[in-house]
Amino acid sequence: MLFELRGVGLTRAGRAVLDGVSAGIPAGATAIVGPSGSGKSTLLRLLNRLADPDRGEVSYRGEPLAGYDPLALRRQVALVPQLPALLEGTVGSNLAYAAGLAGRELDAARCLRLAGLDPEYAGRDVAKLSVGEQQRAMLARALAQRPEVLLLDEPTSALDHAARDAIEAALAELRRELEIAVVLVTHDPAQARRLSDWVVRLEGGRVAGCGALEEVLA
Amino acid sequence: MIAPAAALSTSIHVSVGQVTASLALVALAAAISYWWKADLERDIGIAAVRSLVQLTLIGYAIKLIFEADTLWLVFVLLAVMVLFGAITARSRADKVPHAFVPLLVALALAGACTLGLVVALGIFEATPRYLVPVGGMVIGNAMTASAVALNRLGDEMHDSRPRIEATLALGATAREAAMPTVRRALRSGMITLVDSTKTTGLIFFPGTMVGMLLAGANPTDAVRLQLILLYVLLGSVSIAALVATGLAYRNFFTPAQQLREPEAGPAAS
Repeated sequence: MLFELRGVGLTRAGRAVLDGVSAGIPAGATAIVGPSGSGKSTLLRLLNRLADPDRGEVSYRGEPLAGYDPLALRRQVALVPQLPALLEGTVGSNLAYAAGLAGRELDAARCLRLAGLDPEYAGRDVAKLSVGEQQRAMLARALAQRPEVLLLDEPTSALDHAARDAIEAALAELRRELEIAVVLVTHDPAQARRLSDWVVRLEGGRVAGCGALEEVLA
Repeated sequence: MIAPAAALSTSIHVSVGQVTASLALVALAAAISYWWKADLERDIGIAAVRSLVQLTLIGYAIKLIFEADTLWLVFVLLAVMVLFGAITARSRADKVPHAFVPLLVALALAGACTLGLVVALGIFEATPRYLVPVGGMVIGNAMTASAVALNRLGDEMHDSRPRIEATLALGATAREAAMPTVRRALRSGMITLVDSTKTTGLIFFPGTMVGMLLAGANPTDAVRLQLILLYVLLGSVSIAALVATGLAYRNFFTPAQQLREPEAGPAAS
């Protein structure tokens, strides 16, 4: 397994957001599904140590995450948040910033193409992009770090159908081109069926199902 | 070095009757508030009484310190000012976790560095007559600047949370992720004094100059002393805002470079 969660619990403001979560996430494409408030985004944030659990343990490639340097881990396990949050400047400067943090050479045109954007977007001011374009620029920025794992938090929740289709096509394309694991949070079972082959289903902060797509979302 | 005979020893006598007469303007302010239902009459009354009591007490304290003519009493007075300044500023920086220590360090450093420099550069003598009034101005302005800066920092950290966390998610350090926010907070702490320094003499006459002119000092001396104080204040305000923001932003992050959860935030999904 790529990630293993064993008895993971997290309490915020007196509420158990995650409670005794035990699940495995293999390399490949995994969807974390469940209704709003079930702890999906919180679980995703545990995977690159944007948060740590109060109880239990998360491991990555067999090693406890607590033993990883959080900065180095985040450059390998990139997270694209639900809402676009680019830095001021151009798309290209955002990509260069991310590549620089990871110590990678930047091939901006390739990253943009993989994210479904034309390379000329590199010179665009991020403030002038639509939400769908910003979301794809966020994806391109994450790819600029050449991560081993891509964590996507509801990547299409704020988008219309056309923009959603474009993002999904980009994700399918980059899965074909790159050997990259994807963990996707979605409230939409249909999207999980289109994009993943493994599913973790949460309800009320607990695991309600974990396994191959056809077993959990039959 | 400022020569006492030329600049500061001029004095005038102000009677209790004159102070009492000036309360007519306080009554006017209260009347305007009452007339326009601004609901500030009580605050105006409290402000008038507090200023009277606090300034009278500090006047006696300064008189004692001047008469004792020992530096340790000056340090005690300035330390008390730093302590109360940090407590006051903390109430305006309520969105910044554990803001008291950054504010205390900021005010202490601003006071120590500024007074140390003006004495080292030979601008003022290291005597109570100079250190008490200049120290009071320095700490007071440093308190305002650091309170404004931390108030802005709290708002900005809240509003910029998604962008800061997205930057952390790329493997940036807390310092790298927070730097644009810290920069804006620092700027807001300094900008008021910078702007008022730009317009001084054109739109308003600063207090020291007015006080010296009223006391009968030579206008040239009044202007020179005012310039020194403005420049000293620019330095102290910058130090205070820099130290306060530079220390306080760290309190938003955990040692694992994670953004701490706000105390009452939206439910996680």
